[in-house]
Amino acid sequence: MIRFTHASKRYPGGHDALTDVNFHMPPGQMAFLTGHSGAGKSTLLKLIALLERTSRGQVFVNGQNTAKVPRRRIPYFRREIGIIFQDHQLLFDRTVFDNVALPLIIAGYPHREIGRRVRAALDKVSLLGKEKVYPITLSGGEQQRVGIARAVVNKPALLLADEPTGNLDPALSREIMAIFTEFSQVGVTVLIASHDLALIESLPNRVLELKNGKLVADSGDDSEQVA
Amino acid sequence: MAKSARQSGDNALATGLHVWLLRHLQVFFYSLGQLSRHPFATLMTAAVIGIALALPAGLHVVLKNAQQVSGGWDGAAKISLFLKKTVDDRQARALQAQIRKLPEVGQVRYISRDHALEEFQRLSGFGDALDALEDNPLPSVLVIQPGLAASQPAQTRQLLEKLRNYPEVDIANLDMQWVKRLYAIMDIVRRGVLVLAVLLAMAVLLVVGNTIRLAIQNRRDEIVVMKLIGGTDAFIRRPFLYTGFWYGLFGGLIAFVLVSLSFSVLSGPIERLAGLYQQQFVLSGLDFDSALLLFAASILLGLGGSWLAVGRHLRDIEPA
Ligand SMILES: Nc1ncnc2c1ncn2[C@@H]1O[C@H](COP(=O)(O)OP(=O)(O)O)[C@@H](O)[C@H]1O
Ligand SMILES: [Mg+2]
Repeated sequence: MIRFTHASKRYPGGHDALTDVNFHMPPGQMAFLTGHSGAGKSTLLKLIALLERTSRGQVFVNGQNTAKVPRRRIPYFRREIGIIFQDHQLLFDRTVFDNVALPLIIAGYPHREIGRRVRAALDKVSLLGKEKVYPITLSGGEQQRVGIARAVVNKPALLLADEPTGNLDPALSREIMAIFTEFSQVGVTVLIASHDLALIESLPNRVLELKNGKLVADSGDDSEQVA
Repeated sequence: MAKSARQSGDNALATGLHVWLLRHLQVFFYSLGQLSRHPFATLMTAAVIGIALALPAGLHVVLKNAQQVSGGWDGAAKISLFLKKTVDDRQARALQAQIRKLPEVGQVRYISRDHALEEFQRLSGFGDALDALEDNPLPSVLVIQPGLAASQPAQTRQLLEKLRNYPEVDIANLDMQWVKRLYAIMDIVRRGVLVLAVLLAMAVLLVVGNTIRLAIQNRRDEIVVMKLIGGTDAFIRRPFLYTGFWYGLFGGLIAFVLVSLSFSVLSGPIERLAGLYQQQFVLSGLDFDSALLLFAASILLGLGGSWLAVGRHLRDIEPA
């Protein structure tokens, strides 16, 4: 599902955020991306979602070389990926329903289908009763779950989460992780950047560790690695 | 990326079109709803556009009225036909009747040789000197006022050529110096209005562009989110373009009201003034075509302005 081959990212100004990263994630896998602040976790996720372009090497997503995706195709490319942020990026002038419906509206789904899918997504994150409220009235954990519902409403094959539990207490964090685990069990590939080591260690998933832009440890380094 | 394509591919073409229309309609009214959230700010922008457009539109109407008035002064361009001395009184009157029947001709006045002499004696003060002449040296004259069909200078000239070819005519003269001047002045004014209109159109473009630029900045977060979850440029652009459309429409409406109001205020006094000159004159306001043009122009300017802003500023906003 995701394959990095000698991928490097140098930001304008000369800072090397990622250097020669190699790994492969098969479809349906759930993995954590960890490392100190500034290690390059967000950058790695951005390369996958084409929020940044690789400087050297290649990143393949679902068999597609991201370098070959032209600018005007990026929106369609991103519709196949659900992205979740620490600051959840919700629109506070719209209801929960409208926030979650946004990817479907963008993709041009018919009205009826939108209602059905939004309710299904809200159900998965246990927020079915909150569709008509505004996100500002929700707790941090609930807001994060709205963000997750929006990311999965389109049924993407790949979920990326950047510090999704950064602002949450351990119990809520565990809840969020349980939701991600459920998605991976139905075949969604999930990559979660997090420096919450206690939480990560309590879960059985593969862990990739970045240090100063280099991949220094990979608990799930299997035979799938690039030749 | 195939998901949405598959989705619409499943539907019949008619349904696809229906969905497309529905989505546009939604954005159409959504952008109107957004504007109505800030009625005062919206009104201010629309008023600026309206005033800027009312000026050239009003001047255009003034010009049209002036043209109508000057059309009434076609008598100012007179053609004088000096007849040959061999043409007697009866033949001259026959010619007068013949010319009067021409569609391009308004009025024909006949000045007989005797009458011309009398007039000349009276006006010149050479009365006694002329008495000494044995023969009346003056020719008889037909003075012709071109009708409405020949009120333009070029048409008047054509009429002159036509009249010159009558065998009874010795010399044909056209006196339209000051009509030419009037037309020249009106031409300058028309061009002036055109230049003004272009300048003000550019101002409207900039006003709309700037307003949309601010709207884009205000909704930066929203645009970032849209781009993150796969909103195409066209999708993100759409509400801003419709906002520009609404600004244009409201601006045009305000301009229309301003022009109509101004002319209804002016029409009474002007008709009274015309009455004092024994002139039948009805001030005409914006006619249907001009109003249509006004609205088309204002909507196009609204769309154009937002297009400029969107093209320049939407690309700059990228999620990072
Ligand atoms: N847009 C950018 N321009 C320049 N440098 C950047 C940019 N984004 C991140 N960086 C740098 O790249 C490094 C990795 O950043 P990031 O991927 O955000 O790390 P993490 O998410 O692991 O904290 C950091 O040193 C950061 O300062
Ligand atoms: Mg980060």
